[in-house]
Order: sequence, then structure tokens, then C-alpha cells
Amino acid sequence: MVPLSYYLVLSGFLFACGVTGFLIKRNIITIFMSIELMLNGVNLSFVAFAAHWHALAGQIFVFFVMVVAAAESAVGLAIIIAVYRTRETLNVDQVNLLKL
Amino acid sequence: MTSSLNLWLIPTLPLAGAAINGIFGKKSSRTAVSTVGLFFSGAAFAWALSVVLRISAADMPYQEYIAHWIRSGSFSADFALYLDQLSLIMLMVVTGVGFLIHIYSVGYMWDDPSYYRFFAYLNLFMFFMLTLILANNYLLMFIGWEGVGLASYLLIGFWFTKDSAAAAGKKAFIVNRIGDFGFLIALFLIIQNYHSLNFTQVFDQVRPLAPETAGAGLLTAIGILLMVGACGKSAQIPLYVWLPDAMEGPTPVSALIHAATMVTAGVYMVSRSHVIFERAPSALMVVAVIGTLTALFAATIGIAQTDIKKVLAYSTVSQLGYMFMACGVGAFSAGVFHLMTHAFFKGLLFLAAGSVIHAVGGEQDMRKMGGLRSYIPWTFMTMGIATLAIAGIWPFAGFWSKDEILWKAYSSEHGSWVFWLIGVITAFITSFYMFRLLFMTFFGDYHGANVDEHGRGSHGHDGHGHGEPHESPMVMLVPLMILALLSLFGGLVGYHNGFEHFLEPVFGSGATAEAAGEAANSGTEWLLMGISVLVAFSGAGLAWLLYISKPYLPQKIADGLGSFYQAVVNKYYVDELYAKLFVKPLIDGSTTILWQGIDRKVIDDTVNNAADGARHVSDEVRHMQSGNLRSYAGWIAAGSAVVIAYMIWLGVR
Repeated sequence: MVPLSYYLVLSGFLFACGVTGFLIKRNIITIFMSIELMLNGVNLSFVAFAAHWHALAGQIFVFFVMVVAAAESAVGLAIIIAVYRTRETLNVDQVNLLKL
Repeated sequence: MTSSLNLWLIPTLPLAGAAINGIFGKKSSRTAVSTVGLFFSGAAFAWALSVVLRISAADMPYQEYIAHWIRSGSFSADFALYLDQLSLIMLMVVTGVGFLIHIYSVGYMWDDPSYYRFFAYLNLFMFFMLTLILANNYLLMFIGWEGVGLASYLLIGFWFTKDSAAAAGKKAFIVNRIGDFGFLIALFLIIQNYHSLNFTQVFDQVRPLAPETAGAGLLTAIGILLMVGACGKSAQIPLYVWLPDAMEGPTPVSALIHAATMVTAGVYMVSRSHVIFERAPSALMVVAVIGTLTALFAATIGIAQTDIKKVLAYSTVSQLGYMFMACGVGAFSAGVFHLMTHAFFKGLLFLAAGSVIHAVGGEQDMRKMGGLRSYIPWTFMTMGIATLAIAGIWPFAGFWSKDEILWKAYSSEHGSWVFWLIGVITAFITSFYMFRLLFMTFFGDYHGANVDEHGRGSHGHDGHGHGEPHESPMVMLVPLMILALLSLFGGLVGYHNGFEHFLEPVFGSGATAEAAGEAANSGTEWLLMGISVLVAFSGAGLAWLLYISKPYLPQKIADGLGSFYQAVVNKYYVDELYAKLFVKPLIDGSTTILWQGIDRKVIDDTVNNAADGARHVSDEVRHMQSGNLRSYAGWIAAGSAVVIAYMIWLGVR
């Protein structure tokens, strides 16, 4: 059986990848995908703990996170399309109308 | 007890008049304003008369409860009125003379653009003055006391666009505050020791006490502090300086407030508190000395003044000094008697002076008058009567009251021949400067320019621009005549001590005991009376000599006296002295310490530095909010990392 710590390290690695991508990428879609990566990193730790402790709650949480993430991607992609239509760019640094 | 007299109507009626004129007057016609003003002051007078007719000596003191006001533990002060012989006299003087002056004002103020405002203020003054007189406790009296001060301020500064008038109003108000400070402390002392401000309750507790012969005590302190208050309101040394300046107000105001009624409030208050003063001989002595000195001091200043109203103002200060002298020697009824006759003849003098000023188109300098006798005969006659009255010539009103005071100053147990002597000297000076005024104004040749250039700004009088001095309209002359009659015959109530007997229930029967002594002393009394009449005549004679027969003499005498004359003309430099001693240090201190020091350096700088600091810090911090989405995410990540590190550190520890 694979020990719990392996899963946690992988989960932390996925999360860190997400954070790094979020911080260094300029393309909105990439940023969006980094967010998904972070969510999935968390999901992995949820299921790992659920299996380890034989508790169902962790797996239920994962379902919730996936549902919400799906809804969020629908809304987020819609926003991204709207932004592209008005601004003709996907670079976040150029979406700065609210800046002084 | 009689059925209710509805005393409350007397002050309330003028208040209603003030409210109506004050609120609706601006849009009303002059006729409507005068109708309202006259109706309500007249109604107050009529109601006061009816009260006099309905009340009998047995019913006095009569008390009327209107509404409750302050109840705190055992202490209470109510809206309640008190009527005894003393307030009855004041009531008649204030409503009667007040009503006459209201009538006069219709003529005098007719051309003023703020006609309605004048009547609103005048009625307001009547309300407060009547409250002062009728109050049954010191606190309500104090309300009236402050209220008349307010009305006085408003009316002195009535022509507030003129700087000197506005300044005079402020001066009157501020000087009065100094007096009120003493008055208030006296009230606090009374509350602390007698737990009440109600006249009856306080005096009932004081009455059994023995006189404080051995120097100072509680009653002496209260008495002297009350006198400080009276000094402010009644313009006595050292607080008299506001009254001459108060002549900036319209002349009817000078007549009503600054001669006949308000300034006598101090005398009334001292007389009302006679129970306290009688048990504090040192306080009485203070009153007498202040009164006597003021009488003499102000009279000497009056000699050299050339402004007709200023002469009358100093004369008022001097006559008020007489009243305090009377109170100070324990002859309260004589003081009140003089208060009454003075209201008649001084009110008349001011109104007549107003008529003169009106006639010559706003000029107040007597050197530019002269020979007005033939132009304005009625004014001349009435003013002549008033002059005879104030000079104390038999049988005019002033003779009876002044003679009474001088006799009491000599014969009373608190009196002494010093008071009498100074009183007689003052009487001589009074007679001199009053006849000087009369001669300079009405005799000789007319020195004024023709009255074409009417108004001259100084008096807001415009219109009727014809060449010669002209007699005033009937509406102004009738009050003059009525007051002249009162100045002629008003003193007769003092005949055979009638006035004193009338006031006996208030001031106690010291008079009866004295009546016995009086019989023995009647020879002395006749002698003193003779002296005072003689003195009055010689003052008049001297004035005649200097201003009619040898008009070049005054200048010579003035030159001969040199710097002393200059000092008198400049009112002994008292105003300048006060300016140096009190006003300038106060202003300098306020400017350098309070304004530049505390206000700017401490308060303003605290606020400014706090704002500056906040701005500097924000300037630095705002770089965190770059608007760059990823930097925010970075901050969040960094923050989370710190929190996690902390948690781990907690776990490890």
C-alpha cells in the first residue's frame, strides 16, 4: 500500500505548481488552469486522507469541490470570452482599466 | 387673599407684542407695528393700574404661582410672582414711563428703516424688566436681570452698522457680565447657606440673625457680592464706564433703559435684599461709599461734556449714586423714592434732549446749539421743568427725594455728615451742569448750521429737511408734557413722609422710630433743607453767570485749570486706564498664549501632523496595491506561507 505521505507530497507539489503558474503566467487561460491545478492538488489530499482514515466525508468534499469547480469554469470561461471580445487580449497586465 | 390678580398678564403682554412685531413686523406697515407695540405696552400699563386699584395694603405681599420650574431635592425655584409695595412702585414706574416712551418712539423712530425691530426690542425689554420686578425668587429675578441686559445690548447696538454703536453694545454687555459674576456668586452663597432663593424663605431665615458688627461674615459677603452685581447694572464705580457709551443707542432707549428703568434695577435689587444689608453694616458702608463717590465723580465729569446726551448719561450715573447712597445709609425708601422721581425727570430730560436732537437734525454737540428756546418752546418748557426738578428746586419732584436722601445721609444711624457734605457738593454740581446744558442749548444765539444736510449719518434721521430747527410732532410732545407734570407734582407723594409710610410694610418701621427723633431734629432738617435749596440755586446762578452773563469766562477757567480740565474732559482717563489695565493684557494674552500658542501650536499642529503622518505612511503603503493581479496573489501566497510557518512553529514547539 502506498503510504499517505506520498500522496501528500504529490498533493503539495501539484498545489505549488498551481501557485507558481498563477503567479508567473500572464495569459488568463493559463492562470485559470493553474487554479484548477491547485484545486486538484487539494482534492488529492482530501481523498488520500479519506482513504487513510476510512472516513467518507473527505470523498464527499471532493465531489462538492468538483461541482463548484465545474460551475466556476463555466462562469470563468464566459468572463474570459467577454474580456477577449472587448479588450482583444488575454494578457492580465493589459486588463487594467480600474487602475489609477 | 383676594381673588387672583392675574399678575402674569403684566409681563406676558409685552412679550406677546415683541413676538408679533418681531415675527410679522418686517412685512407690516408702520401703523400696524406702532399699534401692536403701543397696544401691548399700554395693556400692560392698564393691567398694572387695575392691579393697583384692586389690591389693598392688607393683601400685600401678594404671591402668584404660575408654573413650576426647578425642583431639586428641597430646593425649588418656580415661575412665581411677588407683589408688595416696593414692586408695586417699580411696576407703575416701568409700565407708566415705559408706555409714554413707547408713544414718544412712534414719532422719534418713524423714519428709521428698522422701525419694527425697534418696537420688538422695546417690548422685549418691558417683558424682562417686569419679570425682574415681579419675580418672587432671586433666580427668576436673575432671568429678568440678564434679559434686560440682552435688550439693552440689542438696543444700544440698534444702529449696528455703525462701529461705535456695535462696540458700545458689546462694552455694555461685557461690563455687565463682570457685575453678574458677583451677583451669581452671591446667589450661590445664598443657596448654600439658606437652601432657597425664594425671597420670603431667605429673608425669614436671615431676619432673626443679629447684625454682623464685628467685621466680615456671610451676610457681609453676600451683601458686597450683590452690590457688585448692582454696580454693573446700575453703572456705579468701578463698572460705570458702559453707561456713557450706551448713549450710542436711539434716544428713547437712553430714556427708558439707561435712565428710567433698567439702570435702577440695581437699586431695586439692593432694596429688595434690604433684610440682608441691614444685618451687614460693612456691606451697607460699601454701598454708601460707592454711591457717594460715584455721585460726586460722575457729576464732575458731567461739567465738561459737550455732547448733550453724555451730560445726561453722567448725570444718570451720578443720580444713581445718590440712590445707592440712600440705600447705603439704610434709607431704602428714600432711595426708591429718588428712583421714582428720577425716572420721571431723567426720562423727561432724555426725551426732551431727543426732541432737541430731532429739531436740529441729529446734532448732539451743545456748542452747535443755542437759542433754541424760540424754535421749540414746548421742548424748552418741559426740559426746563425737568432741569428744575433734577437740580432739586422746591417744589419740583427732585427736591423732595434728594432732600430726603440728604437728610437721611446726615441723620440715619448708618449715615454721617461726610455723606451729607459730598451729597450737597454733588447737588451743587448737578444744578450747575444741568443749567449749563439748558443755557447752552436754549439760550443765546443759534450756532448750528441750517438743518438742510439732515441726518449727518450719526442719527439715522433723514427726511424733514427744512432750514430751521423745528418743533417735534404731538406724538412726541404729549409724553413730554405728561412727564413734565409728573416731574412737577410727582414729588408731592413724599410730602409728610407719605412715600416712606407707604413702603413701611416692606422696609420695616424704622421710620416710625425715627419720626420721634425727627420732631426733635426738625430744626436741623429745615436748616439742611434750606442749604440744599440754596446750593441748587447757587449752582444755577453760577451756570447763568458763566454761560449767559459772561460767556467768555468758561474758556478762561478751563485754560486756568490746565491739565486738570483736560483730565475732566477726558473723563479722568478711566477708559484709557481700563484699556491698559484689563483690556490690553487680556487681548495680548489671548493673542500670544491662547491663539498663537495653544490654538495654533498645540491644537492645529496636532491635527495637521496627524494628517501629514497618515499621508506619508499611506504614500509608502500604497505601492502594495499595484493593481497587478499576480502581485495580489503573491501577497496572498506569502501571507499564507507565513501563517503556515507560524502554525508549524506552534506545532513544533
